[in-house]
Amino acid sequence: MLSDKDRIFTNIYGQNDWRLAGARKRGDWDNTAAILARGRDAIVNEMKASNLRGRGGAGFPTGLKWSFMPKNSDGRPAYLVINGDESEPGTCKDREILRHEPHKLIESALIASFAMGAHTSYIYIRGEFFNEARHLQIAIDEAYDAGLIGRNACGSGWDFDFHIHRGAGAYICGEETALLESLEGKKGMPRMKPPFPAAMGLYGCPTTVNNVESIAVASTILRRGGAWFSALGRPNNAGTKLMAISGHVNRPCVVEEELGVPMREIIEKHAGGVRGGWDNLLAVIPGGCSVPVLPASTCATVLMDYDSLRAERSGLGTAGMIVMDKSTDIIRAIARFSRFFKHESCGQCTPCREGTGWMMRMMYRMVEGRAEPEEIDMLDQVTRQVEGHTICALGDAAAWPIQGLIRHFRPEMEARIAQYKQAHGLSGLAPTPENLPIPVAAE
Amino acid sequence: MAKVTVDGIQVEVANGATVLQACEAAGKEIPRFCYHERLSIAGNCRMCLVEVEKAPKPVASCGYPVMDGMVVKTDTEVVRRARRAVMEFLLINHPLDCPICDQGGECDLQDQAFAYGGDHSRYAENKRAVKDKYLGPLVKTVMTRCIQCTRCVRFATEVAGVPELGATARGENMEIGTYVEKALTSELSGNLIDICPVGALTSKPQAFTARPWELRKTDSIDVTDATGTNIRVHAKGPEVMRVLPRVNDAVNEEWMADKGRFSVDGLRRKRLDRPWVRVHGKLRQASWQDAFVAIARRLEGVKGERIGAVIGDLCDAESMVALGDLMTALGSPNVDCRQDGAQYDLGRREFYTFNSGIAGIEEADALLLVGTDPRHEAPVLNARIRKRWLAGAFPVGVIGTVGADLTYPAEMLGDRPSVLSGLLDGSVGFIEALRNAKRPMIVVGQAALTREDGAAVLAACWALAHQVGALLPDWHGFNVLHQAASRVGALDLGLVPRAGGRSVAGMMSGGVDVLWLLGADEIGAGRIGPDTFVVYQGHHGDAGAARADVILPGAAYTEKSGTYVNTEGRVQTAFQAVFPPGEAREDWRILRAFSEVVGHTLPYDDLDGVRRRLAEVNPVFARQGLPRFGGTDLSGPSGDLNAIGTAPFAQPVSDYYQTNTISRASETMAECSRVYARPVIQAAE
Repeated sequence: MLSDKDRIFTNIYGQNDWRLAGARKRGDWDNTAAILARGRDAIVNEMKASNLRGRGGAGFPTGLKWSFMPKNSDGRPAYLVINGDESEPGTCKDREILRHEPHKLIESALIASFAMGAHTSYIYIRGEFFNEARHLQIAIDEAYDAGLIGRNACGSGWDFDFHIHRGAGAYICGEETALLESLEGKKGMPRMKPPFPAAMGLYGCPTTVNNVESIAVASTILRRGGAWFSALGRPNNAGTKLMAISGHVNRPCVVEEELGVPMREIIEKHAGGVRGGWDNLLAVIPGGCSVPVLPASTCATVLMDYDSLRAERSGLGTAGMIVMDKSTDIIRAIARFSRFFKHESCGQCTPCREGTGWMMRMMYRMVEGRAEPEEIDMLDQVTRQVEGHTICALGDAAAWPIQGLIRHFRPEMEARIAQYKQAHGLSGLAPTPENLPIPVAAE
Repeated sequence: MAKVTVDGIQVEVANGATVLQACEAAGKEIPRFCYHERLSIAGNCRMCLVEVEKAPKPVASCGYPVMDGMVVKTDTEVVRRARRAVMEFLLINHPLDCPICDQGGECDLQDQAFAYGGDHSRYAENKRAVKDKYLGPLVKTVMTRCIQCTRCVRFATEVAGVPELGATARGENMEIGTYVEKALTSELSGNLIDICPVGALTSKPQAFTARPWELRKTDSIDVTDATGTNIRVHAKGPEVMRVLPRVNDAVNEEWMADKGRFSVDGLRRKRLDRPWVRVHGKLRQASWQDAFVAIARRLEGVKGERIGAVIGDLCDAESMVALGDLMTALGSPNVDCRQDGAQYDLGRREFYTFNSGIAGIEEADALLLVGTDPRHEAPVLNARIRKRWLAGAFPVGVIGTVGADLTYPAEMLGDRPSVLSGLLDGSVGFIEALRNAKRPMIVVGQAALTREDGAAVLAACWALAHQVGALLPDWHGFNVLHQAASRVGALDLGLVPRAGGRSVAGMMSGGVDVLWLLGADEIGAGRIGPDTFVVYQGHHGDAGAARADVILPGAAYTEKSGTYVNTEGRVQTAFQAVFPPGEAREDWRILRAFSEVVGHTLPYDDLDGVRRRLAEVNPVFARQGLPRFGGTDLSGPSGDLNAIGTAPFAQPVSDYYQTNTISRASETMAECSRVYARPVIQAAE
């Protein structure tokens, strides 16, 4: 369990002042110039030493990502782009940072930009986050007024500008290259990689795209040292992480917790336990709706970190846990996700454009049970035809929840099909176009 | 160079090449829908997935750069499965209406479904249907068939330079369209039909008329402009059904302008299919013999200098040389190929050709357009200019009046030839752009030459080319852009009035007693004096035939083997695709036959003979193609620089869709003219 002294986000619940004065009391903006004075390489090395992995879902080492930025500019400017397009169902951690800890983010953005040679940073905020964008803008204005950012930020000699761009509510714009396209004013569609953003990103310039949380923890890591951060958590899964617990728990919440703590402990300690007790638990989706569901049996023992969840063929994702008790129609729940992904697919590449709709339609038939048992295998095949064949990861994200469902809840699906057949007096065959009674024209 | 192993075959490809190019170098076919060599890479169809060693997932080969030592596998279970999967996805929402689809037989989706697809459908849900869009009178849409490859969007945006197509909505609901419904304003819109891999975009005028496998294909040359676009005529029985471009990187790449493509229905209408002779003011049908005799009678006793001939814009070199020889035999110095009265200097060939070459445009680094609107005079050539502009650092200046957006930004320097003087004395700022360029290009259009001071403008342009260093041993930056397919060939044959001869204007105002019009319909034939006996030889009942005293039915470009010289001076041969209608004959044969009637038998009896005669008149006709050349002789064309006038240059083309007899006879072109050239302005409500 994380002790209070190791907490990074000390105002995540907004009990205290989120403005500059309050942030300063909590230690933000404390001699930032001294951190910058350590130099670019020292900062990147410290970040590498912290073993911080990206908090947006993919878990790519943040320090390593920063080090990809060109050391010497070829004349093009560099950009830091912060991904605040938090739109995945079940994930609601970044909004807490944006509205209650905006100064931590701005300060860290300054440090990160300096470490990658960028004078300008953009944050792309989900359009629905109105108050969050408002808070952040107020904080930015405060920081400009106090000379903390802008020309000669914090007296460090480094010029730094920070701009907010509000999205229009497309989930796909949370994908880093689609985000860049959208930021450039184009339709939010992911780009082919390579070239990677570090070589050719925003406006064709070297760009790093980081999640809000990955950036926001940077100032604290540099104050307290990479060693401190990497000592928390488990090897290769270092540090603390904001986790969101929603669904059938007694007290849904966002909480900062060490990585590697058992899922059950988190749910019971922070969220007041599963509605109706642990035994009433059906399943948990551990990291936002794009990762496979885990059945209650696994949830009792699994640890909340990247590698443990991966070992269970799921993922940490954004650590937005969706807890479902036994009142849940799990097939319907996953079908709803399918609808979400079908709605949010950008339509660029074939497998995702066509596959998400197909999967959704099959899933809704599965909800009714209006299907054949062998169609479960076909559905699984379709998910595998989408997975790994698309430009971005939305295809994978659409495929994984269904794969998780089939892996852990296949008996439920088969039972549903049998139930439907019984209710409709069908022996073995579901009504498909072939075996429906031939309609006779009205005379 | 990077060494890449594709399925065990080692190939070397350039650094920065794509995996797909490496696979092609190794002779491996990679199926694709969205990838097109001449468009940017979208990578969205996912059909070209291949396995690359050490890559965790299959990669889209069209956009993945090669690396030295890369090992690519194109024939593994993973790749086969991926292709089958993509085919399945593409087909679940694609209608199975191949039997009524005009793309059938030349459909990428159909072909690749055969090669890579599964044998049955597993999709039991409802299919998607999409409302069809209106893209104008040329392109028909069946949007349900669209596979969202975005080739059309990229073509319109990149090549045609009209960013009017785009995708709206997302996911399954993504639709290609023009945002606000309207006709595409491009002269290259027909190419959308060619690049569409499925039957979503097909030809509207040619809908449901023929299947590709029923068509007889003949290589030919487009005569509707002077670009010399390489085409392939598709005929069914006696009828030309459609015309498609051929690939020729030196001329048209693989594009074609709409006028050439869609005016072919004009070949079926208003045709002259038998000789006519005017008797007592009325045209009567006649036999060839009667028609020839009527002309021969009228010629009796007429002196050579009272006989004249005007050559039209669509003529082949064979008929022109025969006409020239006939006129020489009759003792006439009055032959003119310049219907529009343009002034040229025939002293050297480089004074009237497009010397940089169309492909050479890509090497230029500054461009000045004088009295020309390439978008409407030569759309395919204009696409080359745009391609060069897209590559960056390409200042373009324009002197004259341009009808619409050129599809690339250009500095408008003024509409008067005096701007040329300003450039020459350095007072116009654009001169710096030309001077700083290593390979500047100056293009003189017909609007600059069809004036009183045409010769002066031509001389001034040459002087400017000389001054800015456009005439180098390895670069010739002086260019004349023609509108007429026959013009350069006629000039090569010297078909302008000889000493003491009369030009078109002189011949029309009573300068001759007998006037022979070889497909000449753009001279305002109605103004020919009533005493002049007019012989019209041509293929369409247009202005010339209406005025004629004798009509000799000739062959259109698809109906004869002919040699054409494009604006670059490139000699190209077209083959006969169909026979001329009725009693119409190939034009050189008519002239040869007539020469016998008047007792001046021309010395050739077959096509080879005519072609030998062509080469005899001018050796350029002896070889096809065009070698590159520089500007070595710096002395310019005759023309007094001080004679430059003050009148503004006229607009070169007033209605792109109605410039010659074929397009004026075409219903499709009339419809285009109605939609594009004279748009109806509607009041907002």
